Amino acid sequence: MKTVLKYYKPYIPFVGLIIVFLFCQAMCELLLPGYMAKIIDLGIIKGDMGYIRKTGLIMLVIAAASAASAICANGLGARTAAGVSRKLRKSLFSKVTAFSTEELGTFSTASLITRSTNDVQMIQQATVMLLRMAIFAPIMGVGAVFMAVKTSLALSWTVGVALICVLVIIGICFVAILPKFKVMQEKLDRVNLIMKERLEGTLVVRAFNTEKKEEDRFDVANLDVTGINRFVNKAMSLMMPSLTFVMSGVGILIVWVGAHMVEAQNLLIGDMLAYLQYAMHVIMSFLFVTMIFMMIPRAAVSAGRIGKVLDVVPTIIDPETPEVIENGQGKVEFRNVTFRYPDADSRVLAEISFVAEPGKTTAIIGGTGSGKSTLINLIPRFYDVTEGQVLIDGHDVRNVAMSQLRDEIGYVPQKGLLFSGTIADNLRYGKGDATDEELMEALDIAQATEFIKEKPNGIDEMVAQGGTNVSGGQKQRLSIARALVKRPKLYIFDDSFSALDFKTDKALRQALAEKVAGSTIIIVAQRINTIMDADQILVLDDGHLVGKGTHRELLNTCEVYQEIALSQLSEEELERGRD
Amino acid sequence: MAAPMPNKKKGARVAGPAGKMMPGEKADDFKGTLLKLVKYMAPYKFRLIVVFTFAILSTVFSIISPTVLGAATDVVVKGLMVGHVDYSALLYILMILLAMYVASFFFGTVQGWIMADVSQSIVYKFRDQMSKKMDRLPLKYFDGMTHGEIQSRMINDIETVNQSLSVSITQMITSFATLIGIIVMMLRISLIMTLMALMIVPLSMIVIKVVVGRSQKYFKNQQKYLGNVNGHVEEMYTGHIIIKAFNREEESEKVFNEYNDKLCESAWKSQFFSSFMMPITALIGNASYVCVCLLGGYLAIKGRISIGNIQAFIQYVRSFNHPIQQVANVANQLQSTAAAAERIFSLIEEEEEVDIDAEPKVKVALEDVKGEVSFEHVSFGYKDDEPVINDFSFTARPGQTVAIVGPTGAGKTTLVKLMMRFYELNGGKISVDGNDITDLSRTNLREMFGMVLQDTWLTSSSIRENIRYGRPDASDEEVEAAAKAAYVDHFIRTQSQGYDTLINEEGTNISQGQKQLLTIARAILSEAPIMILDEATSSVDTRTEAMIQQAMDNMTAGRTTFVIAHRLSTIKNADHILVLNHGDIVEQGSHEELLEKDGFYAQLYNSQFADM
Repeated sequence: MKTVLKYYKPYIPFVGLIIVFLFCQAMCELLLPGYMAKIIDLGIIKGDMGYIRKTGLIMLVIAAASAASAICANGLGARTAAGVSRKLRKSLFSKVTAFSTEELGTFSTASLITRSTNDVQMIQQATVMLLRMAIFAPIMGVGAVFMAVKTSLALSWTVGVALICVLVIIGICFVAILPKFKVMQEKLDRVNLIMKERLEGTLVVRAFNTEKKEEDRFDVANLDVTGINRFVNKAMSLMMPSLTFVMSGVGILIVWVGAHMVEAQNLLIGDMLAYLQYAMHVIMSFLFVTMIFMMIPRAAVSAGRIGKVLDVVPTIIDPETPEVIENGQGKVEFRNVTFRYPDADSRVLAEISFVAEPGKTTAIIGGTGSGKSTLINLIPRFYDVTEGQVLIDGHDVRNVAMSQLRDEIGYVPQKGLLFSGTIADNLRYGKGDATDEELMEALDIAQATEFIKEKPNGIDEMVAQGGTNVSGGQKQRLSIARALVKRPKLYIFDDSFSALDFKTDKALRQALAEKVAGSTIIIVAQRINTIMDADQILVLDDGHLVGKGTHRELLNTCEVYQEIALSQLSEEELERGRD
Repeated sequence: MAAPMPNKKKGARVAGPAGKMMPGEKADDFKGTLLKLVKYMAPYKFRLIVVFTFAILSTVFSIISPTVLGAATDVVVKGLMVGHVDYSALLYILMILLAMYVASFFFGTVQGWIMADVSQSIVYKFRDQMSKKMDRLPLKYFDGMTHGEIQSRMINDIETVNQSLSVSITQMITSFATLIGIIVMMLRISLIMTLMALMIVPLSMIVIKVVVGRSQKYFKNQQKYLGNVNGHVEEMYTGHIIIKAFNREEESEKVFNEYNDKLCESAWKSQFFSSFMMPITALIGNASYVCVCLLGGYLAIKGRISIGNIQAFIQYVRSFNHPIQQVANVANQLQSTAAAAERIFSLIEEEEEVDIDAEPKVKVALEDVKGEVSFEHVSFGYKDDEPVINDFSFTARPGQTVAIVGPTGAGKTTLVKLMMRFYELNGGKISVDGNDITDLSRTNLREMFGMVLQDTWLTSSSIRENIRYGRPDASDEEVEAAAKAAYVDHFIRTQSQGYDTLINEEGTNISQGQKQLLTIARAILSEAPIMILDEATSSVDTRTEAMIQQAMDNMTAGRTTFVIAHRLSTIKNADHILVLNHGDIVEQGSHEELLEKDGFYAQLYNSQFADM
């Protein structure tokens, strides 16, 4: 909340001006009833047409001034709201971009997206509302009270009574209706959830003949939401007429009491009519202020959510005096590397040491949750080690500028992530000036040439957002090609062959071995035949390095490896592998 | 990198005060849709008539009251002239006024209560019909639409209709009643003053039109750039790791800043222009207010109008603008309501599955199912011009395990879906134990099949409920026996609540492998005579897979089983292997026979294990 409030600081002069303009507007609005009273008391009753005309003109000028002030205040308010939300959005975006994978994980991507989009939008709308209402309503309210008291102090208790009534009505709403809104949302969420589940499970529902059961489950939720909606709607349809009733009722009271005062010459008839209008202003302002109070908590939640992101201090940052890797070979060394998530007890990786040599392929295998992906994520500093060191060409990765470090690495993620734009744009992601020939060669190695050829526009085919028009296997091949275009010294494949069929997988690895012979290759895989021919295989089990060697060596020595192999390979293949 | 394409869906719905001014999407058949909507309201005819009458009555009373209040003022003014106020007359008038306020309050509230009942009943009915419809639609319908689209009908469109029913309809009635009522009351006071006051109407209209027209452009831009910004944010956050790996932070921020600046510009301008409306209409209101004072003052001096009447007139003029704006709003809202209702109706009226209510020609008891499944010259395509299965004939003998292999898109899963009659054939026939599946009821047919899919769908209820899903009458012992057979009993017992552990909404508290085992337990419990295993182990690690494999072997013993799998090693033991390519059987036989043949299967198989 505090963090977000800081963003309003440059707009303090704007806010000051808005206050001034709104003050003018309120004053103008409040002056009008007084002039009307004068028209009645001094003009009509005395029969002075000239006075009426003169006063009428003044009233017009005041009305125009009021409108002008309102427009100025609105303009400044809109400006402030848009400006603040622009800066918030920008800061959020830079912040999240600077996040490490770990920090991203603490929020979840979906939540960060909501915070950067909907929450900022909420703040913007709330700002517009607040700058208009939250300033105007109190000024108007105080002004109206002042004018009312000035017009007739003795009548003021009537407004007091009305305010108490309004307060009681609003109080009842707060207690009785407001909590129901939350319940209503929950019930509605339940309806949506069941609907979503049914849509996703259509096949299963039909296969198990449970249509009736699902319909009944939905019906319960539907009845629930209908019931609560009914209650809330009824309560609301009681509230509005009640408020109107109070406002009208106070009019009766004022006329009755006022009549006595008029008779006693304590009050002019025009003033009584003006007083009626002041009373309405007071009550309306009061209603607005309570409305604002209802709005602030919602905006505060958004502000809090945004603030939480902005307050994060990124843990992975560039060193002050970065070391420069010269003539990098892509050699990677892990020295006693241990990794655990902050605040977590268990180690994800425990004392891992190995060297991945240039020109050789190092493969990593292990069950889900064994720490394979975490291990390779330490190399481009998506995470930092807890203990030990990760070295690239002899430099601790933490001592090298991240941009240089990552330039050395061709990283291929597990999910083939593509961006909107053409295929060529995506391939040039790591090397903006790559020629078409370079792209073609990369596609060739990645076994993607054939399906690219089938696309009507070739490499100029558009990829939709999220890559929805490209299949999983194609995405993987394209993201491999994207890394290849960079021509880095070190390749990291994070289970990047999983969506490929065996034939393509094999051809790709063959091409890779030929074309990028001098580079270091690190492959994470689930399938044993993807890594059987690696120069070095690391077997991870529960964060520990339990085996290191070639396929043949491990088949004979490493129990975990044997188990994995057993579940995937046939007897003959196992026999062929053993000595 | 080229600019991301503007994202149409996301960020398209922006709530807020400005939202109302946007003319919503329009229905293709506005009149027809409204008529249908009216038909839905027909059962509530009587109550609706009461609602409308009460709404009008409530309005009438609130419209007359300023005149009565004016009369009270006149009594005071008269009292001022003659020196003493006639309090009994004043009290009488004020009591009438009070009675009118009470009446207005009463009618207003009662009408609201009845309307709440009616609107909620209708909305309930809509939801209910959509829910029931869902189970009657052919799967083809769902293929042509994203879940998001269907959900949007279920949620957003229903909400729009709900809003409109519970608020807009009465609002429209009261607004019209108010407009007419006010004009009548003003005419009663003074024709000339009324004519003058009515000049506001065209003036207001022009202002609204100009302002809306102006801000429309900026609103459109705002929507567009908001879509761009949100699209970019989503894309970049999702691709966070790639941005980092490829050092693209700067470019990404540059693109973002461009969109963001444009958004800011259009946001404040649209906001600003639309905020002209209020002050300007207020100015017009104030101007007419002044004119009323002037003209009224002149007339009062001439003695042709009383001060109380001026006061009443002023109140009428003040409350004249409001209903005009409301009518404009409601007209807009009716448009989007019609559009929403049209989408709802189109779902409710969508064509249902063939013969869904027809009496089945054959009924087979589950105990009598032997499990012979035969395909005769089956042809099928999801779209008419794209055949997936061409001319497929095959018979699975009772108790046989049949494996179906082939590259992606060969039609493996399609065959399974056809067997269970999720889709209708284009030609040929499928029969179970000699009965054409179209002669059986769908329920009867589907209860013969147990199914484990790649997609591990579970409902957000307890583990026990999930296992029991296909057989609600199964005892706890049977549930646990099924879990044991699926090798998941131990895991369930390690959970804090055991079998009563709830699977959360996203299903994130259980790993993919465990979910797979739960779906297997679910299928085991169903005790279906025919089993289908579709890529049941594709997304789990190899050690869990071994466990699942064993669980599946337990399940398939003695049953006709169809297995679809990527990994050829898992299907070697099948009695019969069908090799599919482009919707045709290219080879069939046992594993050994097929290897001997040295054809497509042998090639697939060897490519998997051959040394490089």
